Amino acid sequence: MSLDDVKTSNFKFVGTSPDRPDGVDKVTGRARFGADAQAPGMLYAAIVRSPHAHARILGIDSSKAEALKGVKAIVTRADFAEGLEGENWNILENVMAGDTALYDGHAVAAVAATSALIARDAVKLIEVDYEVLPHVTDVDEAMAPGAPIIRAGTADASVPEGMHPNVVRYHESGHGDVEAGFKEADLIVEDHFKTEATHQGYIEPHACLAQLGGDGKGELWCCTQGHWNVQKICAALLGLETSQLRVTASEIGGGFGGKTTVFIEPVALALSRKTSRPVKLVMSRSEVFRATGPTSSASMDIRIGMKKDGTITAAQGTFRLQGGAFPGAPMEFTAMCAFACYDLKHVQQIGYDVLANRPKQAAYRAPGSPMAAFAVESVIDELCNQLGLDPIDTRLKNAACEGTKASYGPRYPRIGLVETLEAAKAHPHYSAPLKPGQGRGISCGFWFNFGGETSVTLALSEDGTVQIAVGTPDIGGSRASMALMAAEELGIPYENIRCTIADTASLGYNEVSHGSRVTYASGLATIQAARDAKRKLCARAAAKWGIPEDAVKWEDGCALPAGPNAGKFPPMPIHEITAEMGATGGPISGHYEATPEGAGVSFATHIVDAEVDAETGKTSVSRYTVVQDAGKAIHPAYVEGQYQGGAAQGIGWALNEEYIYGADGRLQNSGFLDYRIPVASDLPMIDTVIVEVPNPGHPFGVRGVGETSICPPLAAIANAVSAAAGVRLRELPMSPPRILAALDAQADG
Amino acid sequence: MVEVTLWSGLRAFAGGHETVEVEAKNVGEVLKGLVAAYPGLQPAIDAGVSVAVDGRVIANSLTEPVRPDSEVYLLQRLKGG
Repeated sequence: MSLDDVKTSNFKFVGTSPDRPDGVDKVTGRARFGADAQAPGMLYAAIVRSPHAHARILGIDSSKAEALKGVKAIVTRADFAEGLEGENWNILENVMAGDTALYDGHAVAAVAATSALIARDAVKLIEVDYEVLPHVTDVDEAMAPGAPIIRAGTADASVPEGMHPNVVRYHESGHGDVEAGFKEADLIVEDHFKTEATHQGYIEPHACLAQLGGDGKGELWCCTQGHWNVQKICAALLGLETSQLRVTASEIGGGFGGKTTVFIEPVALALSRKTSRPVKLVMSRSEVFRATGPTSSASMDIRIGMKKDGTITAAQGTFRLQGGAFPGAPMEFTAMCAFACYDLKHVQQIGYDVLANRPKQAAYRAPGSPMAAFAVESVIDELCNQLGLDPIDTRLKNAACEGTKASYGPRYPRIGLVETLEAAKAHPHYSAPLKPGQGRGISCGFWFNFGGETSVTLALSEDGTVQIAVGTPDIGGSRASMALMAAEELGIPYENIRCTIADTASLGYNEVSHGSRVTYASGLATIQAARDAKRKLCARAAAKWGIPEDAVKWEDGCALPAGPNAGKFPPMPIHEITAEMGATGGPISGHYEATPEGAGVSFATHIVDAEVDAETGKTSVSRYTVVQDAGKAIHPAYVEGQYQGGAAQGIGWALNEEYIYGADGRLQNSGFLDYRIPVASDLPMIDTVIVEVPNPGHPFGVRGVGETSICPPLAAIANAVSAAAGVRLRELPMSPPRILAALDAQADG
Repeated sequence: MVEVTLWSGLRAFAGGHETVEVEAKNVGEVLKGLVAAYPGLQPAIDAGVSVAVDGRVIANSLTEPVRPDSEVYLLQRLKGG
C-alpha cells in the first residue's frame, strides 16, 4: 500500500469520540470479567506455591489433603503432557514446577474442592519436602562468577564462550565504527543505570473457569489478551487437539502485556479433566505479584559522544536483563530500541538475557524499550547540560526521519519523530517558567508496533445494522475503533454497529492483542471486511436494477449508479438491500483473513516538571505533557487515554514501583499496600498532543498507540527529578530512600 | 541475488560475514537461502526472526516479495505487550 492509497482527510466518523460501547456495562456491573464465570457443579481450585526462591522438590505428600471432606482432586506436574520442547516446555515449567522450584511463589501442586475455603485449607495440608538451594535475584549478581547456576544447559548458541551459565542469550547489533566515532566527539559521557522489575498492575487478577472431559473436549472462559494463544498453549500442555478446546475471552480488567500468556488456565483444565467437573480458579493479588510475569529488571552501561554543536558522533550500550528463571527477557528489544530515535553513523548495542530466581517475566507495554530510553535519554540530557545545549534542539539535530538508517538496521519509511519534537517545542509547557525547586525533563521514545494473524467477520442484519466479530480482546477501546472504521467505510451511523470479541470456534486464528497491533491489524481487517460486504451489497443492487455490478458504487450507506451511463435509479439504502437479502442470494457478510505486515513504527516526546522535597525525598510530578504520533487517531479520546495511561504507569515505574526481595530470595511486597502504584492524588493532569503522520501500511494511516506512550516517561521523569534535585539519578525507582541517598552522596562530595 | 544484512551477533554463524547474498524472490526464500549458505544460522532462524524489506518489518509472511535491489535486514522476531 502506498501513501496515495491511504485516506487522510474528509472523514465522517473516524476522528470523532462517541460513547464507548462497554461503558454502561462496566459502570453498572453488567460486564462479565474472568471471575464472574459460573457453571453448574463447579469446583474451586487453589494452588500450592513454593516458599523458597530455589529448591529441589524431593517429594509431595497429599494424603492429608485428599482426606479432607470436599477435596475432589489434586494435580502435580505428573498430570501434564511430557516431551514438550522450546517455549511450551518453559511455559509448563512455569505453570507447574517439575523437580525444582525456581522462585518464591512457583506452583508445585493444585487442589480442586467443593468450596474455595476448603481448597485453601487443603493447600495447607499438602506437605512438600524441599531441599533448599542457593539463589540469586539480582541481574548483575546472577552473571558474576560463582553465582548459583539456575538451569544448567539453557544457554543457546548465541552466548559467547566464558559467560556464566545463567547468561542464556546474547544479542549484538549496530553499524559503523564506534571507536572512530568517539574520537570525533568533543565530550563523551559514560554512565551506568539500573531499573527494578515492575508489575503491569492490572486491576483484575487472573481468573478462569475450565471444563474438560475425559474425551478431550473442553471449554475455557478466561481473562486474556489472546484466547487463540491460550487455546494453542493449553492444548499442548495437556495433550489435546487444539480445535477440541473452545476458549472464550471474558471482559478484561487490564492486561498491558501481562495477559499474553497462561498461568492458571492449564491447571484448571487439568483439575477439571481429573474430576469431570467445571473448575474455577482465581488468583489472589499476592499470587499475581509472586507468580505472574513482571517486566525484567535491567543493568545498563551507556556511552555517547557528542560534538559541541550537539551532533552525536557515536553511541554504545550494553543491556543486561533478567527475565526470571526462564529465557526470554526482551534484551534484544532493549538493544534495538535504545538508539532508534537518532540518526547515528556509529552505533553498537549489546544485550544479555540472564536467568535469576524470579517469576518468568511477561511482556509489559513496549517490552524492553522504557528502560533503554531511561538510560540513553539520561545520558543525552547530561551531554546537553554539560555542553549548554537545548534538549529539544539537540534531539531535533540528531532525530531520525524518513530514509535514516535505523540503529537496528533498515532505513525508516515515513515516521513522525521530528513532528513530535516540533510539537513539544511549540507547546506552552516547554516555555512555561519553572517555580523554585522544580526541574524539567525531556525524553523521546520509540516502539516498533506489530501486525500479526488477523481474522474478522462483519455480518449484516435484515434491518441494515451490522455486527463485527473480531478475535482481539479489547484492552484499550478497540471495539469503538472497529465500529468507527466500519461506519466510515459503510457510511452508516456508529450506533448501528456492534463489535464483539468472538470465541475461538467462531473465527479463524487471531494473534494476541499485543504489540499495539489491534487498531492497526484488526482495524485493517475490519475495513477490508466492510469493503467485501460493500461489494456484495452493490452486486445485489445491480441485480435488482439489471445493470452490471461494476456500474454500482457505494456512498453514504447506499448503493448508487456509478455514473450517468449506468441508468437512473434512486439510491438504495443498506436496510432495503438487507431486508430482502434472504430472497436475493442469502445472508450478506464481509470477511477478511490475513497477516498485515505494514505496521508503522511510532515515536513520542514527553515533557515533565517535577519537584523534590529534600527533607523527605518525596518527589512530585507537577506537570506532564505527552506528544505522540498516532498515524491517525480513530477515536481521539481513547488515544488520549492510552497516552495518559502510559504516562501514569511510567510515573509509577519511575518513582515508586519495584519488586523488593529479601535476603532469603522471597518477595517482600506482594500487595498494593507495599507495592505502590500511583493513585489519582499522585498524578497531575496529563496533557496530550496527538500528532498524525499517516502510516502508509494502513488504509486510514493508523499506527499503534498502546505502547510507545510508556517509553519516554522513565527518562523524562528522571531528567526532571535530576534537575530538581541537582544530582543525576541513575537507578529506578527514584523512591524517597534513593533520592535521600543521592542527595547525601552529593553533599559528601 | 539479494543482499541480506544480519545482526552483528550472527556473524559467528555466517563465516564472519555481516552480509550474505542469496537467490530469493520472497521472504521465505531469503530464510532458506541463508540456511543453505550457512547452516549454523538455522537455530537463530528457528528461534524466530523478522525480516525488514525496504523498511517494512515482516514478522510472519514468508510470501512477501523481495527484489534484487531490496534493502533486506534480518531482525529478531518482534512481539509486544
